[in-house]
Amino acid sequence: MMDTGLILHTGAFGLIVIGIAGIVLSSHLIRIIFGIALLEAGANLLLLLATWHEGTSAPIIVDGHIPAVMADPVPQALVLTAIVIGVGILALALSLALRIQQAWGTLDIREIRQRMEEEIADTAGVDLPSSPHAPKPFPPVAAKQEGRS
Amino acid sequence: MQRFTSALFLLGLGLLITAIFQHMDFTGTLPIAGDAINAAAAQQTGAANFVTAVVLGYRGFDTLLELTILFTAATAGGLVLGKPRAGAKHDPQAGFILRAGADLFFPLLLVVGLYIIVHGHLTPGGGFQGGVILAVAFFLPLLARPGTPMSHKAVSLIEGLAGASFILIGLLAMFGGEAFLTPMLDKGQPGELLSAGSLPLLYIAVGLKVGSELAGLLAHMAATEASDA
Repeated sequence: MMDTGLILHTGAFGLIVIGIAGIVLSSHLIRIIFGIALLEAGANLLLLLATWHEGTSAPIIVDGHIPAVMADPVPQALVLTAIVIGVGILALALSLALRIQQAWGTLDIREIRQRMEEEIADTAGVDLPSSPHAPKPFPPVAAKQEGRS
Repeated sequence: MQRFTSALFLLGLGLLITAIFQHMDFTGTLPIAGDAINAAAAQQTGAANFVTAVVLGYRGFDTLLELTILFTAATAGGLVLGKPRAGAKHDPQAGFILRAGADLFFPLLLVVGLYIIVHGHLTPGGGFQGGVILAVAFFLPLLARPGTPMSHKAVSLIEGLAGASFILIGLLAMFGGEAFLTPMLDKGQPGELLSAGSLPLLYIAVGLKVGSELAGLLAHMAATEASDA
C-alpha cells in the first residue's frame, strides 16, 4: 500500500501545477479564472498538509469525549480564511470577465489585448504600437550615460 | 513562440517541484501552537469546535479583516457590474423543475444555513459555511424567476448591521478592560448550545454578513448578465 502522505502531497502539487498550466497555456479568460481556482485549491491543500499526521481526528469535542490525537486547528482556520478570500477573488474576476464580454463580445485574451491597444491608441490620438508611425517610447533612451560609465 | 516559452516555464516549475519533493517529509512538521491550543481551548473559550475557537477567539481580529476583504471584493464587483438599465430585458422564466425545486428548497436551505451558523461552536461549520448556504437560499428563487426584484436596500441594511454588531461586540470587550474582541460572557459547558460566551454571537454576525454580501453579489451578476444578452 502506498503512503497516504505521499498521495496527498502529490495531489496538492498536482493541483498547483495544473492551475499554473491553465493560467499560462490557455488564452480563454474563463479558463484562466478556473486555473486560478485550481491553484487556490492546491495551495489550501498544501497548507492543511503542513501539520498533517496519519490517524489524527478533527479538533472537536463530541459528546464530552476529547479525542486522543487531534489535528492542528491553526492551518484549518487559516484555510477557512483563504477559501473565503478565494471566493471574493473569483467573484471579482468573473464580474470583470462579464463586463469584457459585454463590451467587446470576446473572452480571448489575444483579441482583448488587440482591442485594448486599439482603444488606447484611439483615445490618445496616436497610431498603433505595431505601426511604423507609432510614437517613440518616453523618455528617450539616453545613449551618453552608457558612454560615460 | 509564447506557447513555447510557457511550456518551458512549466517544465522548469515541474523540475523545481520534483526537487522539493525529494527532500520532503510526508508526515508533516510537529505542531507547536496546535497542541497548546488543543489542550487549552476548551477551558479558555468554552467552544467544543477548536477551529471556531481559533477563528473567533484567538484570531478574531483577523476574521474582522477577512470580512473587510470580502466586503471590498463584493463592493468592487458591484462597482464593475454597475446598475442594470431600466427596462432591460431579462431571461425568460426557468422550467418547471427549477421553479418547483427553488420553492421546495428555500425553507430547507434557510433552516440548514441557520442551523450551521448557530452550531458553529459545536460541530464542523460556522458563519462562513452557513452564510454561503443562506446566500444560495435567496439566490435560487432568482434563478428560477429572473427579473424578480431583490431588495438591495434590505440586503445592505442586514450587511451593515451584522458588520457593526461584530465590531460592537469587540468594543464591549474593551469596556470590560480586556483587549479588542476578547471572548466574554459565561463560558458554559463545552458541547452545549448555550456555551462559549460571545463566540456564537460573533458567528451569527459573520453568517448574516457573508450571506447578505454573497446574495447581493450573485443577484447583481444575474441581473447584469441578462441586461445585454
